[in-house]
Amino acid sequence: MKSHYNLLIVGGGPAGAIAARTAAQKGLSSCIVEKRSAIGAPVRCAEGIGREALTEFVKPDERWISAEMKGAAIVAPDGTMMKLESAFAGNKVGYILDRKVFDRELVWQAAEAGSDVAVKTRAAAPIMEDGVVKGAKLEYCGKESRVTADVVIAADGVESKFARWCGIDTTVPVREIMSGAQYVLTDIDIDPHSTIFYLGNEVAPEGYLWIFPKGDRSANVGIGISGKKSGSGHRAKDYLDRFVQKTFSNGKPIEFIVGGVSVCRPLECTVADGLIITGDAARVVDPLTGGGIYNAMFTGRLAAQVAADCIAQGNTGKKALMAYDAGWRASKMGKSIERNYHIKEYLIKLSDEKLNAIIHSVTKLNLTEFSTLTLIKELMKVNPRLVVELGALAASLR
Amino acid sequence: MLNVHRNICGYCGCCVSVCPEGALELIDAYLCVEKNCTSCGICAKVCPLGALEVVDEKPL
Repeated sequence: MKSHYNLLIVGGGPAGAIAARTAAQKGLSSCIVEKRSAIGAPVRCAEGIGREALTEFVKPDERWISAEMKGAAIVAPDGTMMKLESAFAGNKVGYILDRKVFDRELVWQAAEAGSDVAVKTRAAAPIMEDGVVKGAKLEYCGKESRVTADVVIAADGVESKFARWCGIDTTVPVREIMSGAQYVLTDIDIDPHSTIFYLGNEVAPEGYLWIFPKGDRSANVGIGISGKKSGSGHRAKDYLDRFVQKTFSNGKPIEFIVGGVSVCRPLECTVADGLIITGDAARVVDPLTGGGIYNAMFTGRLAAQVAADCIAQGNTGKKALMAYDAGWRASKMGKSIERNYHIKEYLIKLSDEKLNAIIHSVTKLNLTEFSTLTLIKELMKVNPRLVVELGALAASLR
Repeated sequence: MLNVHRNICGYCGCCVSVCPEGALELIDAYLCVEKNCTSCGICAKVCPLGALEVVDEKPL
């Protein structure tokens, strides 16, 4: 490790890895510091991503794709199932990744492009001069060091600390944290090419429960519930165990993980003098789906691109770095977050009866594009009341 | 004060994200509680496993 880099990247997940890869390809010096002792583990993810979202960043490789998805299904609180299929029969619409291998691949690509990588290395504090972020104090196996950088990229995930240490409030409101738990269950009967989403206040209050296939007879079976609805005796694990007991009583777990996913609006500002905040740390998770891999990679790439421009111009102050903040907000991703935030706010207030009614309205949908936007548009066609209730939001979807 | 049941904790960091004081930090697989913890209990509420508990401080 050197004592100075153009970019110091805190966190070795998808945001950090794509930032490092982009930076290295642009000829910048960069270093990823990952506090965990292994890239990719422990997994904190349901591992689903859309086909186009993935291929924008990396060529699909069977080494880290667990399963290919051809469709999805949504299950109403009363058990009614709505099937979602691609209008183009047999089309791959998405993938369930093997994040342990996927994350390593991305970091490996960053390293191959020229970035340095350090594991079991914790950014313990920022180096600040006159309110400007200048680098980080690092800890590795009891040894402390100081590494300076032109720009620090905070890609430290949901449990992000770096931005907060730099004076930015990153607190997620209780009602907007999804408290999650997930088993990798094996020896279960599933459709290996379709994801299933279960809705309802009894199943997953203000969240959903998912079955994401990982192979012919195994799947990520997980749940996210609102932090507001969580408490002693009714936590994410309690809801999940109840479902698994009922649905997959013979399933054998080979992994059990927990985690938090923010479904709030992104941070008010995602840059500061010498600092760019990306991915889950910037709270840019899709508030409707809880999906964060694409948004992390998108913001990671943009962060490195903007940092490269600013470094070339010799100005890495907040004003110059604002091109990053403005850039992602104006992007399709940024607009999708804002739109999906409103849709989420609408959906979480629906009673089970209303959810049932919406799902009863159509048993099968063929989607020309496999996205939440297309789904909502199709649902509005068969549920005129939805258009009225969504009001101005519905108009903006057209 | 806040008690971390370390045999239950899944070191996921969910609690860290909601702490209004910034008093929690996940260092690899170890959840650290800083002195500025106010025992507000928000973290205990959202924990997916119930690994956190606010308990009364007993005088020695």
